[in-house]
Amino acid sequence: MSGRIHTFSQAEYEKTNHKTSKAVNQQTIGEEGVILEKKDVVIIGGGPAGLAAAVELYRKGIKDILVVEREEIPGGILKQCIHDGFGLTRFKTTLSGPEYAQKFLDEAEKENIRILTGASVVSVSHDRVVTTVGRDGLKHYEAKAVVLAMGCRERTRGALGIPGERPAGVFTAGVAQSYINLHNTMIGKKAVILGSGDIGMIMARRLTLEGVEVAAVFEIQPYPSGLPRNIRQCLDDYGIPLYLSRTVTKIHGKSRLTGVTVAQVDKQMKIIPGTEQDFVCDTLILSVGLIPENELSLQAGVELDNRTKGAVVDEFCQTSAEGIFAAGNVLHVHDLVDFVSLEAEHLADSVAEYIQHGGLPESGLKILTDTNINHTVPQKISGKNDFTLSLRVNRPLTNCEIQILQDGRLLQSRKMKKAIPAEMIQIPVKRENLSDTGNLEVRAIC
Amino acid sequence: MQQQFDVIIIGGGVVGSAVAREMTRYKLRIGVLEKNLDVCNETSGRNSGVIHGGFAYDVNSMKAKLCVEGNREFDQVAKELDVPFQRTGKVLVGNTEEDLKNLQNIIQQGEQNGVQGLTLIDQERLHELVPAVLGKFALLSPNSGIVDPFRYTIALAENAVQNGASYYFDHEVTSIRKNPDQTYTVTTAKEDFRTRWVINCAGLGCGKISDMLGITGYKIIGSKGDYIILDKKTGPLLPMPVYPVPSNTYMGVHVTPTTDGNVIVGPNAENVTNFTYYGVPQKSIDYLAENASSLWPCIRKSDYIRNYSGILPKWVDENGVIQDFKIEVKDDIAPHAVNLIGIESPGLTAALPIARQVVSLMAQRTALEPNPEFEPRRRGMERFALQSEEEKQALIKRNPNYGDIICRCEEVTKADILQAIHNPLGVCTLTGIKYRTRSMMGRCQGGYCQMRIAELIEQELGILPEDLRYERQNSYLFTGRVRKD
Repeated sequence: MSGRIHTFSQAEYEKTNHKTSKAVNQQTIGEEGVILEKKDVVIIGGGPAGLAAAVELYRKGIKDILVVEREEIPGGILKQCIHDGFGLTRFKTTLSGPEYAQKFLDEAEKENIRILTGASVVSVSHDRVVTTVGRDGLKHYEAKAVVLAMGCRERTRGALGIPGERPAGVFTAGVAQSYINLHNTMIGKKAVILGSGDIGMIMARRLTLEGVEVAAVFEIQPYPSGLPRNIRQCLDDYGIPLYLSRTVTKIHGKSRLTGVTVAQVDKQMKIIPGTEQDFVCDTLILSVGLIPENELSLQAGVELDNRTKGAVVDEFCQTSAEGIFAAGNVLHVHDLVDFVSLEAEHLADSVAEYIQHGGLPESGLKILTDTNINHTVPQKISGKNDFTLSLRVNRPLTNCEIQILQDGRLLQSRKMKKAIPAEMIQIPVKRENLSDTGNLEVRAIC
Repeated sequence: MQQQFDVIIIGGGVVGSAVAREMTRYKLRIGVLEKNLDVCNETSGRNSGVIHGGFAYDVNSMKAKLCVEGNREFDQVAKELDVPFQRTGKVLVGNTEEDLKNLQNIIQQGEQNGVQGLTLIDQERLHELVPAVLGKFALLSPNSGIVDPFRYTIALAENAVQNGASYYFDHEVTSIRKNPDQTYTVTTAKEDFRTRWVINCAGLGCGKISDMLGITGYKIIGSKGDYIILDKKTGPLLPMPVYPVPSNTYMGVHVTPTTDGNVIVGPNAENVTNFTYYGVPQKSIDYLAENASSLWPCIRKSDYIRNYSGILPKWVDENGVIQDFKIEVKDDIAPHAVNLIGIESPGLTAALPIARQVVSLMAQRTALEPNPEFEPRRRGMERFALQSEEEKQALIKRNPNYGDIICRCEEVTKADILQAIHNPLGVCTLTGIKYRTRSMMGRCQGGYCQMRIAELIEQELGILPEDLRYERQNSYLFTGRVRKD
């Protein structure tokens, strides 16, 4: 795969850039001998969001861009997702993760977009100076716009605080996936999975195919947290039982995992005493949630939403810091990569407009939610544009209607037979219906 | 053929490593036998990381004397051994009349122990020092501080090795035999060692080793403490350790900043007989958070990144009363054996003074010839994350591996990892790399970097995936390859 991808080390990048330079890159050398280079857009992260944003920006005429990717090969988490099911919405066909990434990498190559690989962004300032570290040194880039596309990380055992010992054999689902698919390393013989997130279910199938005995999947909620199609294709088809309202209460094993204790929980998710049951296993896979990676965003002074753990944005994907935009899993965790790409492409349109017009309309209208709605993205709008509202419900709802109102006036609604937290709901709203004063309210009526 | 030594030190914790280091000042063949695969896997690495002032111990006790001595010299020691240490000061926070009286007594005791600078401060001064703390007044101990217990133990061990000592990991001692020629034969599961002197620095195993030496009758109990580690974003809210007013036997749940900017909450104290169980129960986690919140209301579940526990070996008399440190030579029963019993807190602070005490007991019985080549200074790894921008630039220029960031949370580079893999002690576990570099210790807990680190260990040391261990004996991470390459 690497042979086909248009990537540059920092040194090669500089060389090519000098040859083809149209004097767009103003380089100055700072006091510490660190180079400061000006760019229209710096995109942090070369995964699905960053790549889609880059390609779309190019098409919109913004060409002085730089994608910074920490790994040697771009594509982000898609590289290890060798199962299929990607691209049904975006490309109307089913692709594996690497194939899906390759679609964008091919486009990037065609457009000659430079992706700086093996370079990590170590800081972003409020005034959009991005500092990178690569094998060729430490560099500063001053950008008119910065795109946050860092993706997300997995919740860990420590974050859950699962009690018990600390043996080898406890892996998050993504780590297990990476070991098996990218590093050719097998992690165990008999596994139990905690959490019915999509990656956990996909790993249940993957492990089974590789000869590992997957005893069960346990989910603390009374409903599954992953997509229904994954329950069918990854668990049901392989006879792997999914137990709801259960969680791991203890981890056993001094050196390697020897088993886990699992117990039932009540509606408040408190452990019901007396329901404990021991399972013998040498491997525990955790698929217990994803957290947007916003450490750099916080450094840049970007305001975060406590519910999404991503930035508070308007319909332009602009954060509270002017000229800093965010899309993809860094903004809110998506269930399908297709929506990540679409969101990033929409972001690119806004960034292009921002650069071409030197600014975007103020977004003073808040989007408020009732208790059935977990969150929305965006969280505020200008009221002057069409926009698509992404939202998730807080709990499974049946025969409900999602309503979007402004000043008590119904703008848009969608009747749903079934709305579940695992599925992101997207509702487009037309500019014609909007007034540029008055907050919006989103509610679910059952 | 048995290996021949002048001194065999049993236990490679902070005390064993300090003893090894102090003994390399003399011309001696020194071996350290450690049952684990690295130093400080037990009590030495499982504590609050506090360099204590010495006010909390009985007047005229060994604990008080050695702690005060250790505290006083720690700037010098940290500099020599290149160890992260901050003399942060520490406060014991009180609210009631009774607290005030207790704190006054502590000051009096501290002063008699030779602790300097202890003062009672009012609420205003307390809030200047630690704005987020709750409390009416406090005892300020300006000389207390924090150290990284892993790196300190590693530094002592590495300095000992640099000066000629040898470490043997995975060597649990199973018996000790006195030979007719006044030497000892120390047997481990792997091999035997013949030695003139034996030093019992076995920490939690001190009673067992003491029995093997024939010095019987010591009752050792374990006091287990659980801790929660909080995300680095909490660090700025806690400039120094904050303790409640202690009771006679227990310091109380406290909050402590680490030298790397995290906060640790704990410990509770529970007497245990199982000295190898380090599990942390849910009720402890809840108890710690609730208890410490009354002192420092900044503990949020979303900031938990890990929990851990440690066990202190306490020597108690027949009534269960905790005793002082015991450092002895029983010439009649076990000549040429230094027996260390009940080395619990403040063992981290007092490790070097304890070691000098051991050496002096030995010197009273045998002639020690100084080692003219002894080098007290040890350089730690040059950690990329801690450098200025200019220094980072220079490091990358010198070695491009410094430009390859492997662990993003803690900004650990390939150069850091490679140095850790080729560490002077020859440790090759995943946690060995973790403790030396801080990789996998951040908020993602190795979610991004552990695969590359595991692969680097395999490549650099030529080990197969199925032989790579996480921390302890048999803690195998993998079962092998998924498919043939």
